[in-house]
Amino acid sequence: MPEPDPHDPKDAIQSGGGGAMSLATGDAEALGTGPVPGGPASGKARSLWSDAWHDLRRNPVFVVSALVIAFLVLIALWPGLIASGNPLQCDLAKAQEGSQPGHPFGFDAQGCDVYTRTVYGARASITVGVCATAGAALLGGVLGGLAGFFGGWWDGLLSRLADIFFGIPIILGGLVFLSVVTGGSVWPVVGFIVLLGWPQISRIARGSVVGAKQHDYVQAARSLGAGNGRLLLRHIGPNAVAPVIVVATIALGTYIALEATLSFVGVGLKPPTVSWGIDISNASGQIRNAPHMLLWPAGALSVTVLAFIMLGDAVRDALDPKLR
Amino acid sequence: MRADGEALLEVRDLVKHYPLTRGILFKKQTGAVHAVDGVSFELRRGETLGIVGESGCGKSTVAKMLVHLERPTAGHIRYKGEDITRLSGRALKAVRRNIQMVFQDPYTSLNPRMTVGDIIGEPFDIHPEVAPKGDRRRKVRELLDVVGLNPEYINRYPHQFSGGQRQRIGIARGLALNPEIIICDEPVSALDVSVQAQVVNLLARLQQQFELSYVFIAHDLSVVRHISDRVAVMYLGKLAEVGTDVQIYDHPTHPYTQALLSAVPVPDPRARSERILLAGDVPSPAHPPSGCRFRTRCWKAQPKCTAEVPPLEIPEWFREPGGPAAHVSACHFAEERSVVPNETGA
Amino acid sequence: MTADEQPATLLDVRDLHVEFRTRDGVAKAVGGVSYTVEAGQTLAVLGESGSGKSVTAQAVMGILDSPPGFVTGGEVLFRGRDLLRMGEEQRRRVRGAELAMIFQDALSSLNPVMTVGAQLGEMFEVHQGMSRKDARARAVQLMERVRIPAAADRVRDYPHQFSGGMRQRIMIAMALALEPDLIIADEPTTALDVTVQAQVMDLLAELQREFNMGLILITHDLGVVADVADKIAVMYAGRIVETAPVHDLYAAPAHPYTRGLLASIPRLDRKGRELYAIKGLPPNLTDIPSGCPFNPRCPRARDICRTDRPPLFTVAPGRASACHFWKETLDEG
Repeated sequence: MPEPDPHDPKDAIQSGGGGAMSLATGDAEALGTGPVPGGPASGKARSLWSDAWHDLRRNPVFVVSALVIAFLVLIALWPGLIASGNPLQCDLAKAQEGSQPGHPFGFDAQGCDVYTRTVYGARASITVGVCATAGAALLGGVLGGLAGFFGGWWDGLLSRLADIFFGIPIILGGLVFLSVVTGGSVWPVVGFIVLLGWPQISRIARGSVVGAKQHDYVQAARSLGAGNGRLLLRHIGPNAVAPVIVVATIALGTYIALEATLSFVGVGLKPPTVSWGIDISNASGQIRNAPHMLLWPAGALSVTVLAFIMLGDAVRDALDPKLR
Repeated sequence: MRADGEALLEVRDLVKHYPLTRGILFKKQTGAVHAVDGVSFELRRGETLGIVGESGCGKSTVAKMLVHLERPTAGHIRYKGEDITRLSGRALKAVRRNIQMVFQDPYTSLNPRMTVGDIIGEPFDIHPEVAPKGDRRRKVRELLDVVGLNPEYINRYPHQFSGGQRQRIGIARGLALNPEIIICDEPVSALDVSVQAQVVNLLARLQQQFELSYVFIAHDLSVVRHISDRVAVMYLGKLAEVGTDVQIYDHPTHPYTQALLSAVPVPDPRARSERILLAGDVPSPAHPPSGCRFRTRCWKAQPKCTAEVPPLEIPEWFREPGGPAAHVSACHFAEERSVVPNETGA
Repeated sequence: MTADEQPATLLDVRDLHVEFRTRDGVAKAVGGVSYTVEAGQTLAVLGESGSGKSVTAQAVMGILDSPPGFVTGGEVLFRGRDLLRMGEEQRRRVRGAELAMIFQDALSSLNPVMTVGAQLGEMFEVHQGMSRKDARARAVQLMERVRIPAAADRVRDYPHQFSGGMRQRIMIAMALALEPDLIIADEPTTALDVTVQAQVMDLLAELQREFNMGLILITHDLGVVADVADKIAVMYAGRIVETAPVHDLYAAPAHPYTRGLLASIPRLDRKGRELYAIKGLPPNLTDIPSGCPFNPRCPRARDICRTDRPPLFTVAPGRASACHFWKETLDEG
């Protein structure tokens, strides 16, 4: 629990930060962060978000990753657009066969078309990845952020609660939870991942908010009469969100893989649902004699995860004016 | 010097104790840090009251209580006669318009993710009655001009400015609501010497232009003398001595003030004076000494200093003759001693 | 390294250049700095942030962050040996034993999880191969030497248990441990309160006299310098603009920058009207103005200042100024 500093925080800043002052900050000031000629011309009012958007549109990393994600979302919604076959129509006679005309990715162990299954698998995997990440980030971000901002007993309670969830082994928890919540559709899986995922993000968010809260600009806004809402949304939020974005984008990949693990042990998605996770776990035994079975769904998964990580990276950088 | 105006701000017996607690969920108070322990002063219209002291003396905590960033444990703050100590909600917001603050560190007091226009314009968002919406950008440009920055910089971010320029932005934000009082908490101590002079001059000019009253908190005694009409010396949560700049600097009567003044290095090798070297360090504010707080380091300490808290009043023996030594000083054995080396030549 | 054969000049820095290669371009942090320090002498290097005063010291000590910092030219002669051309191993032995440094922020310079006794003792164990027990005894002696009360008990305390002034004393004790010939103190008292500052400066000056060490005092505080220095080098934008014996500099500065600095500090002994303020800002080190780097801020600037870089003109024996108009500046004061 943070205890009040017996000394003036002002003085602490002076003596603590002062060490680096004459060197680091001092030189940083002289090393080119002075007033930059040719900065943005002042016309209409600009804000962090409009500047960030202005930046993002010119960032090739953002454009490429956004296009990839748009494409993935498109085929998740309408897989029929690029795949005419039926992912559940399989021919055991063609099991594990390689690439051939009309079936560019070959066949899996059940003789299903890998291309069609990879395309159709996007829906489940992306739904799980995006929804679980969004849910965990929202829940963890809000709870952790509020705990960090208000502190007190609520913070203590939440931290202990998060500790409890941290202690749950994923597979065991999945076996218990998902066998109670019957189905085999994506939503129980999403729910389970959110339940296990939010504490991680809430910890990051809490720490990040506690750090941002201590800055003088928050005090300055408070002394102007700003309410808690404004402090959180205008001052603390934008300065605390970067680590949450980073962790969330990395978590997205983990969550898609977690769905695969759960499906593999038989409590996640169940056929007839098609997902990359199921296909990857099915193929993992055959990696020597039919590597194409693993290659395509795993490749699709990697591209998806990479696209989201790059997107998160670009957004984070765009929200930091110092990097412009 | 306009020390004869009405009292804008009256502070009476202000106390701030921070509880020291143990335990995670069930907290137990084990003691308290006596950051501020009974401080009284007043600020008159148009004057600058300097508060000096070393780190840990509680001067910044006083500043925070004046702008309601900290709630006093006890005592009162009156603004134009009205007790504002425990205001909240709308009434507090109205008072805040008139008492603004300039912070010490220009690197952390501006939100790095807001443009200068948003930072200086934020007071108008919070107090929309001050400026109609369409008028705000123009006002922000005016404020930039007033503090000596190019109004074209309105869309830039804080990191594009140097320390001195950032402090000007912080001052512009403080001015936005047309306050009567500005609390300056070490406003120039993070700045380089050449830039410090610019900002000190700016503050002096703004005081004239907008009829501001300042509470100017600093550890640099030279800067405080330069800008203040009256000076209060703080030690370990209490006021040691209060008076006009001449009374404090040329006729100090409290031993702590004398030691503090004699320790200031003067930029003139010919003006070396005898230093009063204090023994030891400032005691912890969690366990302040009984009686006079300064007695543990004082060369004049007597048994009386341990037993009785010296009141902050004009010592009896100075009352009769009057003169510059007749000002409040919290010492049982106050005596005048000149310690500031006088400049030769120049 | 016996005392009787040592040359008078301890440290001779000649035309030192340091660059920082950053994203925004090459910053010339130090652009040709020369100074000398003799045994028993105190040289104050005075400058504002970004003037290159600390970077010069780091290059001398060999603790420059590299990258982004690179020494691109010059010599650092310590007792006649060029430190810049020494092997890393040899240089490390010189550092600590013959050259020591004191930093501004004592708290971050001490290891928080080791007792101060262990940290002080480590110096003797590593450099002199002492046993742990002997090293601990020496540590107590050292702490007494820098006047830490109850040293024998406090030797087992951790850095956070000491006050700021006491921590800075421990830093001084550490620097003194191996009885170096030269100490570089980088803003040693800036983080301290004035009353403590006075104690620490007095201690440093006393120890310097006792051990007849050379001392380089890096600071931005014109007041601290006036009290303890023998000579001063004023730096601006990575160059020395004026060097002088301390009395001469304060009596009559020979460079407009020094003059401006002296005029811009408020006085303790009288209440001034408006302070003199040097206009503008220090230059961006990636884009130092041509000619004299101070010309855009200088009240005396003429055409020649914008085109010709002034060398260090000799003003008097032991005194130099990098201003084309040093004579006029001097006469004015």
